Amino acid sequence: MKLRTNQQERSEHRWGLVFIAPWIIGFLAFNIAPMIASLGFTFTNYNPANPDKTQFIGLTQWIRAFTEDPETYPAILKTLLFSAICLPITFGSALAVALVLNSKRLLGKSLFQTLFFLPTMIPTIAAALIWTGILNSQTGWVNVFIEKLTGFHAVGSDGIPWTTSPYLIYFTYSLVSLWGMGNTMIIFLAGLQNISVELYEAADIDGAGWWAQLRRITLPMLSPVIFFNLIIALIGLLQYFAVPFTLNQGRGLGFPDGASNFLAVDFYAQSFAFANMGYGAVLAWVIFLFGLAFSLLLFWSQKKWVYYGGEK
Amino acid sequence: MGVLRGGKIMEATGRISSVKRVNSLKAAGITAAVIFTLALFLMPLAYGIATALKSPNQAASAEFRVLPLSPAQIEQNGQKLDLFQVPLPDGSVKTLAMIQRGRQMSTFADPANPTAPPLEWKGNWRTLTPELRLDPQWGNFVTSWQAIDFVNLLKNTLFYAGVSTFGILLSSSFVAYGFARFRFPGRNVAFVLVLATMILPNMITLIPTYTFFFSIGWVGSWLPLLVPAFFANGFNIFLLRQFFMGIPRELDEAAKIDGAGPLRTLYQVILPQAVPALVAAGLFNFFYCWNDYFLPLIYLAGHPALYPISVGLSAFSTQYVIYPYLVQSASILASLLPIIIFFFTRRFFMEGVVLAGVDK
Repeated sequence: MKLRTNQQERSEHRWGLVFIAPWIIGFLAFNIAPMIASLGFTFTNYNPANPDKTQFIGLTQWIRAFTEDPETYPAILKTLLFSAICLPITFGSALAVALVLNSKRLLGKSLFQTLFFLPTMIPTIAAALIWTGILNSQTGWVNVFIEKLTGFHAVGSDGIPWTTSPYLIYFTYSLVSLWGMGNTMIIFLAGLQNISVELYEAADIDGAGWWAQLRRITLPMLSPVIFFNLIIALIGLLQYFAVPFTLNQGRGLGFPDGASNFLAVDFYAQSFAFANMGYGAVLAWVIFLFGLAFSLLLFWSQKKWVYYGGEK
Repeated sequence: MGVLRGGKIMEATGRISSVKRVNSLKAAGITAAVIFTLALFLMPLAYGIATALKSPNQAASAEFRVLPLSPAQIEQNGQKLDLFQVPLPDGSVKTLAMIQRGRQMSTFADPANPTAPPLEWKGNWRTLTPELRLDPQWGNFVTSWQAIDFVNLLKNTLFYAGVSTFGILLSSSFVAYGFARFRFPGRNVAFVLVLATMILPNMITLIPTYTFFFSIGWVGSWLPLLVPAFFANGFNIFLLRQFFMGIPRELDEAAKIDGAGPLRTLYQVILPQAVPALVAAGLFNFFYCWNDYFLPLIYLAGHPALYPISVGLSAFSTQYVIYPYLVQSASILASLLPIIIFFFTRRFFMEGVVLAGVDK
């Protein structure tokens, strides 16, 4: 009898491994091996144009990145600064819209839900082109409307430079990101709908106001969802590339005034425009290490702010 | 009146009608605020469409106009005449067709009375308000459709989406089934690693992967984008596993008693039950491919004939930067198919987002 159970167990083990085999192979071939190789590349001067001249040069590339290259620290700072601007805007908006869409007083909920989600379907590149069109300082609607409504001089080459000012550009990119908030919004909304009505009824009886209910019930109950979305969003921002690249490929990366020279843009320029793949690998590792640090920080901090209810 | 659920307690106190009024006012207020926010949120889309429909003249017009407008005209004696609002000496304003323009004096014809002699009007014609008509340039869409070679981009993107979706669904359902139904040593560690790959920046693996694909001659082809799809990915494994775990095990056991092995159970029991999740995963991947930019840009650089839609649109926008109406019409074209598909599948799609996002 015992023998038979062991046999069954072994058979189950075997089948489990057979079924996950495609993932194991893919994980080794497309994740683990390239990661190790990528670390190896950082110790070389590999350039695909001259692969035969590849040499082991020790820590030279790492030293170059952190002591010689004037772009490294600014690229890190720009990436962090943009994340610090973009995250609150997109998360705040997604949460605000989800809260309103969850309000029992709103009429026509499902229609609004669809319409707020709709821009998420627009490809990022198209969204970037449409937003930079409407924010164009001379012909865009935004400046014209601002000037017509407030009288403030906004239109023209000396108007509000949404797309050409190194300060405003992060805000403009954030607006493009805002059009991609649909998934976050839907996930927040589903999280809100999972919160038991009894909690709010109890709070009503205790006389808690709207703000207190938001802080003491809604946000803690949503925290696992916020936690998950925060990690995904941070990793995405560390790799922020498509929008600045599309808008600037014709006039030089980094426009305006180097403001869009984020880590991922720098990585692309070094690895593929200049074909310094050894050095590019260092920048890829910098991106990875920041991602790792953020993830660990968030996982470590989740004890303090993420509420898993009775689950854990 | 379904919005008035909040009124129960007050009902007992007998002030029901005023509460109702306050509540429906609140409902109207919230709904109005949402409509206003939505209008702001979608305004760029209106801008994109309006600009896409403008001619070079309309786009360059010194006068700001939201819509693609052109001077209204009538035809008289084989001539096209612009219409203007002309203030007449008797104080009335009449819509007249300009025959000859001048700084001091212009001559007009009355469209309502074409046989009457021309009317002379004193003053600078530039001070007159032109009559405008809606004049959308639908031809811009044809121009950008051809200039961007939309058919080819569409073909490439559908090929990319089709093959990679097939590969991902095939491999991920296999792997998800393994995680959902079998116990084996190291399963939990392996599953944590699956989740970890979801947040692994793809740049960390790119250079060695690129170098490898380059050395076997795959760079400049679709293969580096298609082959990895057949080895499952974290997101889809997670999504499908969540769904598979919700399918009652009794169904598996019934199949087992009938003599079905694990493979047959997967294809005859699990997958037919999991159609909604498979559709959602397929949709995600379709939209992902439609939006995918970085890897196709890297692997297909210098091969415009192979570009998918996002890379093609990006290249087009740089090339045609001085034609904003073409850039906007191409952007709208590139957005249409995903929006249409979304409208028909939004239930599946949104449930999939929730399945993937909330139950972590």
